[in-house]
Amino acid sequence: MSAPVFIAGIGTISAIGKNVAESMDAFRNGKAGMEAMRYLDSVHKNQLPVAEVKCSNEELAALAGLPAHISRTALLSAIAAKEALKDAAIDQLSSLKVGFISANTVGGMDKTENFFRSFLADNKKGKLKNVVHHECGSITELVADKLGVKHFISTISTACSSSANAIFFGARMIKQQMLDVAIAGGADALTKFTLNGFNTLMILDSEYCRPFDESRKGLNLGEGAAYVVLVSERIAKQLAKKPYCTLSGYCNANDAYHQTASSPDGIGSFLAMEGAMKMAGLQPSDIDYINLHGTGTQNNDIAEGTAIKRLFAPVYPKMSSTKSFTGHTLGASGSIEAVFSAMSIQQGIIYPNLRFQNQMKELPFTPQTTYIDNITVKHVLSNSFGFGGNCSSLLFSKI
Amino acid sequence: MFIRSTGVISAQHSFGNVPFLENPVEYNTNRLTCIEPDYKDIIDPKMIRRMSRIIRMGVAAAIGCLREGNTDVPDAIVTGTAYGCLQDTDVFLSKMVEQNEELLTPTAFIQSTHNTIGAQIGLMLKSNRYNNAFVHRGFSFESAMLDGMLLLMENAAGNVLVGAIDELTDHSFAILERFGLYKKNPVTNTALYSTNTRGSIAGEGSAFFLLAKEHTAGDYAKLDGMHTFYKPASIVESEEQVKLFLESHSIDINDIDLIITGRNGDTTHDAVYNQLNRGIFNGITTAGYKHLCGEYPTAVSFALWLAANCIKQNVIPSSLHSTSNTGKDIKRVLVYNHYQDIHHSLLLLSAC
Amino acid sequence: MSDLKKQIIEQLNLQDIKPEDIGDDQPLFVDGLGLDSIDALELIVLLQQHYKIKLSNAEDGPKVFKSVRTIAEYITAHQNQVA
Repeated sequence: MSAPVFIAGIGTISAIGKNVAESMDAFRNGKAGMEAMRYLDSVHKNQLPVAEVKCSNEELAALAGLPAHISRTALLSAIAAKEALKDAAIDQLSSLKVGFISANTVGGMDKTENFFRSFLADNKKGKLKNVVHHECGSITELVADKLGVKHFISTISTACSSSANAIFFGARMIKQQMLDVAIAGGADALTKFTLNGFNTLMILDSEYCRPFDESRKGLNLGEGAAYVVLVSERIAKQLAKKPYCTLSGYCNANDAYHQTASSPDGIGSFLAMEGAMKMAGLQPSDIDYINLHGTGTQNNDIAEGTAIKRLFAPVYPKMSSTKSFTGHTLGASGSIEAVFSAMSIQQGIIYPNLRFQNQMKELPFTPQTTYIDNITVKHVLSNSFGFGGNCSSLLFSKI
Repeated sequence: MFIRSTGVISAQHSFGNVPFLENPVEYNTNRLTCIEPDYKDIIDPKMIRRMSRIIRMGVAAAIGCLREGNTDVPDAIVTGTAYGCLQDTDVFLSKMVEQNEELLTPTAFIQSTHNTIGAQIGLMLKSNRYNNAFVHRGFSFESAMLDGMLLLMENAAGNVLVGAIDELTDHSFAILERFGLYKKNPVTNTALYSTNTRGSIAGEGSAFFLLAKEHTAGDYAKLDGMHTFYKPASIVESEEQVKLFLESHSIDINDIDLIITGRNGDTTHDAVYNQLNRGIFNGITTAGYKHLCGEYPTAVSFALWLAANCIKQNVIPSSLHSTSNTGKDIKRVLVYNHYQDIHHSLLLLSAC
Repeated sequence: MSDLKKQIIEQLNLQDIKPEDIGDDQPLFVDGLGLDSIDALELIVLLQQHYKIKLSNAEDGPKVFKSVRTIAEYITAHQNQVA
């Protein structure tokens, strides 16, 4: 039951890079991915900065090996999943029980938006090819078919914690020997639907976001995808390359406070972090780095910070929100941050929390503001919290 | 593991304390709509004002299931939905298009997220425990079931509330009709399997189950196992999967007292069931169910409710139109369902 | 103020509540009508839609939306400004 699950491969694409190497360069150079909107066609173009992947759909399609007319989410997903699978370099994959477990929050909404314009005027109109992949699961299938994965596929959607849940669902299936290999993570492209949705909640910052800063005003939306290739111990031993780390703990809890807002004491976040550490048999003092959910909204950062205070006081590990680079990539954020966590352990990196200036008055700690490398990072906790109170924490450990 | 209780809202009288399909509702249409209960004594009026139809149906079925299972708060809540909260999505999307992204309000957006129903149940029960939502088309319910079964196997939970919810809206019906999913003309639902035409009848539903690790008197049935397979290359492969599934549970097809298949009246989709009926299923009592609830991606959850009830009440209701009804005991039921010939699943239940 | 009450009931889908059920000074949030932060956001759009008043800072919400009277006062004050 407690057999470890290893991370054998990683892949990611976001506003800070089309792959893991480019993303790491961006961290080293302190280069954030937010800019004025270029690819998404919205009336809010000049008011709301976003963290877009700097490629047109045609460019992404070429990288993905898929047609350009399908959802951008599927294109991003395929690019990151292919990178992760190639990175893992597992021999004779076809002889193994392989699963693809992906996450997203709005499926092919970027295409449905176009369809709806014509459809609302006349319900016999609108190109069906724009709505055929509307379902979240359909995005997963486009990519699973491209990867040739058939044994097991599934899709999770729990708002902003979606891909963290996908990763640990994959790990659980490996532990029960239902799978040998799980390609798990998530993807979300920017859409007008989500942009306008978050805008109605008045939690989008018109400037670049400032997570865990007293002056924070909200989040910047981003887009991207990331996957980890999880393998059982048996497969890990056969690999030519040493795995990045283990997934040593995970926990899913619910805040059960409000539909969108986090509770003032961050009970869901607290339980998720505590549960992940308990599973790994670790104490708060064992944690070297927390990759914060850190969206930059008033509400999230105080709830998450309060939960951290309760759990870690008086000694705090280094922590930062990499959303200060990638923006909030919603369903993809848990897996993007899992990839960064794996690199943190393997390379001994702590990522900076950009644009931090003023300590939050309620919290006795501040996030890491400079890039650090070549240190020993043994245990990394990564938080992902979402609407509906869904809180998940993942714990990664050095092998 | 066991099915302790159920809560089902469907196009039939299935919710609350009603006799098991004794008064089936007949329809002449290509679109079945759920018979909704009075929500007043199920959902707090302060919460209900924001809830769209699917959220009400989901929350009510979940609460009904927990009440029947005498459980205040389950150890985990897992939902499955292919389309999610379509009405809320539709409202927000339409306004966004019509108002050109101006003057939009948050309620519909917030409730359009696919985890809304599971989250609302958690919120109503003030439960900080495990909460997850699967959204994989015709595997949405099966994925949720798998999560629930894993939690029980891991000893992470003693009981899990697992449910499936999908709604039809005028817009989704119009779109899916254009994809050719439904029959062109209204049909009498009881004659669904003999039309010899393409397309099925549209359906929707909300079905929740309390899965429990330990057996308790009053349980519906024992859940022996579940298996899914994706895009089989041929009917031969599907038949092979059925055989392997039975073998993995060390049983012979002749040990099955009733097979509930997912035939939907579409000649192409029903070909696999027809061939299996002539092959491996030959001689076993079989019955369809989609004439009762319509076709939708999580319809298999209705079949699970049927199977559990057939076992608990030791009866095959006449409205199922089974191939034979010998009156012998219903001790073991196999459900074989596929959606669009993409998502195939097998469920095995036995008396406990 | 009764028009405003009607608009509030409609915007927030307050079932089984009539305009006369809402007192002019009755608290709208938490203990009063039981509204929450999502309703506050809905009310912001209401002001924009019906009165062309833009409440740009969500943090002003609790003060403005305390009761029907405070909303009405806010509307009067800001409509005059525009005129």
